[in-house]
Amino acid sequence: MELAITIIIAIMILGAIYAIHAKDLLSAIITCGIVGYGLVICFLLLKAPDLAIVQIVVETITLIIMVAVVLDSSREERYAKLDSKGYVNAAIGLIVVLVLLYFFRSAAISLDVFGESNLRMASAYINGAAEKTGSANLVTGVVFDFRGYDTLGEATVLVTAVLGVLTILRIRGKK
Amino acid sequence: MKGMTVIVKKTTQLLAGLIFMYGIYIIVHGHLTPGGGFAGGVIIAGAFILVILAFGGDFLNLQKEEVGTTVRENIAVLFVLMLAVAGLFIGSKAFFNNYLPKGTVGELVSAGVLPLYNIFVGIEVASSILVIFLALVIFKEEDIK
Amino acid sequence: MIPYVMCFLLFLVGLYGLITQRNLIKIAISMSIMEFSTFLFFALIGYIKGGVAPIVNPAEPDKTYVDPLPQAIVLTAIVIGLATTAMLMAVIIRLYRKYKTFDIREINNLRG
Repeated sequence: MELAITIIIAIMILGAIYAIHAKDLLSAIITCGIVGYGLVICFLLLKAPDLAIVQIVVETITLIIMVAVVLDSSREERYAKLDSKGYVNAAIGLIVVLVLLYFFRSAAISLDVFGESNLRMASAYINGAAEKTGSANLVTGVVFDFRGYDTLGEATVLVTAVLGVLTILRIRGKK
Repeated sequence: MKGMTVIVKKTTQLLAGLIFMYGIYIIVHGHLTPGGGFAGGVIIAGAFILVILAFGGDFLNLQKEEVGTTVRENIAVLFVLMLAVAGLFIGSKAFFNNYLPKGTVGELVSAGVLPLYNIFVGIEVASSILVIFLALVIFKEEDIK
Repeated sequence: MIPYVMCFLLFLVGLYGLITQRNLIKIAISMSIMEFSTFLFFALIGYIKGGVAPIVNPAEPDKTYVDPLPQAIVLTAIVIGLATTAMLMAVIIRLYRKYKTFDIREINNLRG
């Protein structure tokens, strides 16, 4: 199990590295689909079918929107040499990576071993949840009943994003 | 935007209704099987996007579609909010209360107010994604003219 | 420990693409890759060896279920990621319509 997940994450890393360095923009977008669909296989291996269904349809819609943006334009990227700004960017990136590595090391020591989670918070949610909420799907019970505020916030974020898109893509002719 | 060939149009006429029914099935059984409101909503939006892509933008009146879909999305969010506030007045007087009777675990009509939440959130997500896609298509068509 | 480290490597690949690339589409793809790595990290935390998917079958109670709390968090986050990507794409298509290029350095020089 751990071996299978490691192999799939390695394939995702290779796909991500190619997607960043591709010359043709359409190839880069399609290779971004490798990372998304590999994530679906990881979710299925980690026994989370709810997340797998949502991720597969959302990834398809994201690919459709990205291809609609790229398809009408010139689809190649003109490669330029690194100039002075590029070196400053790379140095800042290296400093950020070192800081992140330090924080990750100090956090990963206190994580549980992979596969033996301690269930400190969730034991209060799981015991008797099927009788308290009445639903057989525990994730739906947590999302809509125990943590309903988060779902309300997400519905608000979706409405706000739609309003933003409608405002940006509005064409007003001069009358 | 022109439509596609005859083969694609015939296949879409057969498939779009099936995809729509599948989305409704995943929404309504959200408290029994994996799925829920969000996944089913995106699947329903996918059925509509398929019809728009296959038949072209000249076939349907896209401006009227966009106005109607925006209204439907806002009404669905309003219903979600009203269902949540109604928990303040019934039962144990708390926000987001589960006040309808919970039946036995595993039946279709059970789990209180949860299936209603699933249905309204599903309508809202489907309308949101459809509005995003329609705004993109209308913007591209306006420039071609 | 090894899946956690690989997940962090995926985050670093996305961060590298975000800092060093000049094309707007590549920047959007890198942001998407960074978001995917956080979803994977949350799903990795809640896994229990020998657990089953968190759906209760009333005929066989009392099994060890996988932790449902990180799954609820990731479910919300996936849809919010879609909204963010859609809005970024709207801004990009507007910029391309006006300046006819996807390169951020040329847009910076042409502006005004």
